[in-house]
Amino acid sequence: MGQATRNIANSFTTSGVITSSAVNNTTISGITDLSAGGSLILLSEQTASGDASISFTSGIDSTYDEYCFIFNNCHPATDTATFTFQGSTDGGSNYNTTMTTSIFEALHFENDTMAQLGYLTSYDQAQGTGYQTITSAQGNGADESLSGILKLYNPSSTTYVKHFIIRSNNYYYTNGSFDRYIAGYFNTTSAIDAIDFKFTSGNVDDGTIQMFGVK
Amino acid sequence: MGTRITSLANNFDTTGKLKAAGINNASLSGITALPSGVNAGKMTLLSTQTASGDATINFTSGIDSTYDAYCFKYISVHPSGDGRNFEFNASTDGGSNYNVTKTSTSFIAYHNEADSATTLAYETDGDEAQGTGYVHLAYNTGADNDQTCSGEMWLYNPSSTTYVKHWINVSDSYQFNDYQTNTFTAGYLNTTSAVDAISFRFSADNIDAGTIKLFGVSTS
Repeated sequence: MGQATRNIANSFTTSGVITSSAVNNTTISGITDLSAGGSLILLSEQTASGDASISFTSGIDSTYDEYCFIFNNCHPATDTATFTFQGSTDGGSNYNTTMTTSIFEALHFENDTMAQLGYLTSYDQAQGTGYQTITSAQGNGADESLSGILKLYNPSSTTYVKHFIIRSNNYYYTNGSFDRYIAGYFNTTSAIDAIDFKFTSGNVDDGTIQMFGVK
Repeated sequence: MGTRITSLANNFDTTGKLKAAGINNASLSGITALPSGVNAGKMTLLSTQTASGDATINFTSGIDSTYDAYCFKYISVHPSGDGRNFEFNASTDGGSNYNVTKTSTSFIAYHNEADSATTLAYETDGDEAQGTGYVHLAYNTGADNDQTCSGEMWLYNPSSTTYVKHWINVSDSYQFNDYQTNTFTAGYLNTTSAVDAISFRFSADNIDAGTIKLFGVSTS
């Protein structure tokens, strides 16, 4: 005990302050917030491997004003699959929140036969409760995938609707780049506490989706 | 007292080093700087303002050469009057005057809840050609209890005294007439003076509620 006491004593300066060498952990996993840290906080990450859907059912609350989902190289099991998302107000039991959305795209094919910009009336929603289309006709060739970002604002508000803004790019099944711009609001004053991503047909074979809180 | 010493001793390992479990503070708010080797991220929250019946929300400090880009995030911003445009202007004199010359573009995609109208169109009402007035960021936000706008505006290299200062904005608005509108505006502040303050407001009436955050973004 005497040696242990001396060891402990040596971990303090003469004024009683803990010396830096006395902390036996360079990461200190218990520290979850740091004033000096960045403002984009990784909350969770999921890697797809033949999953029917990728759901985030925890961590979406009033801690952050904004949540940012980055979907990276999502690859469908089925060719021409549509990548979609929805929100839940009951922790993920049901994904059927009313939303109104707009969507437009710029596209260009590898063979240079078409390039255009246009609104997509087939993929928007007017007070719909279905999954919102993000990308369409995603190819499932070995090198074909989609990536993008979804920003969800103030999901825990019980006063206002919840706005979201999405931008994505996908590799179209007939070999083209489709740049999508989607925005809208969950038309509910209930808190959104879960988000689900899936292809409308087939599984999510590969890809990662990260959820960040923006503080 | 013996129990306290025993408890204290249990928080140290046999070499006298403090265990992680011995630190009873999850935020360590006193730490304001990290060693260069620590990856702390490149986006830093500089200030936050919460509206409560304000005519304007102004950021008059923190915009300088410290960061390469600045990002303003406006979240659940609610006007006191119906159908108001959320807009911004810049200052080169610390906020005494918000009247910087600017040239900009604006286009929107909208869709109404009744599913009877959609568009993707350039918005001539929202652009500027060497104008000095406030420029639109979000259109026609409603004042119903649940109606707001949210989005973000990026301002690049505001302290340059050589070049103009570019900005890019994207927003979503719940309009007074139950239209959902996705707005894209971008342009440049046509001045070689440093821009050191930014002002936000609605085109009329007050900002009843909402949060605006200023981030500094380092690109190196």
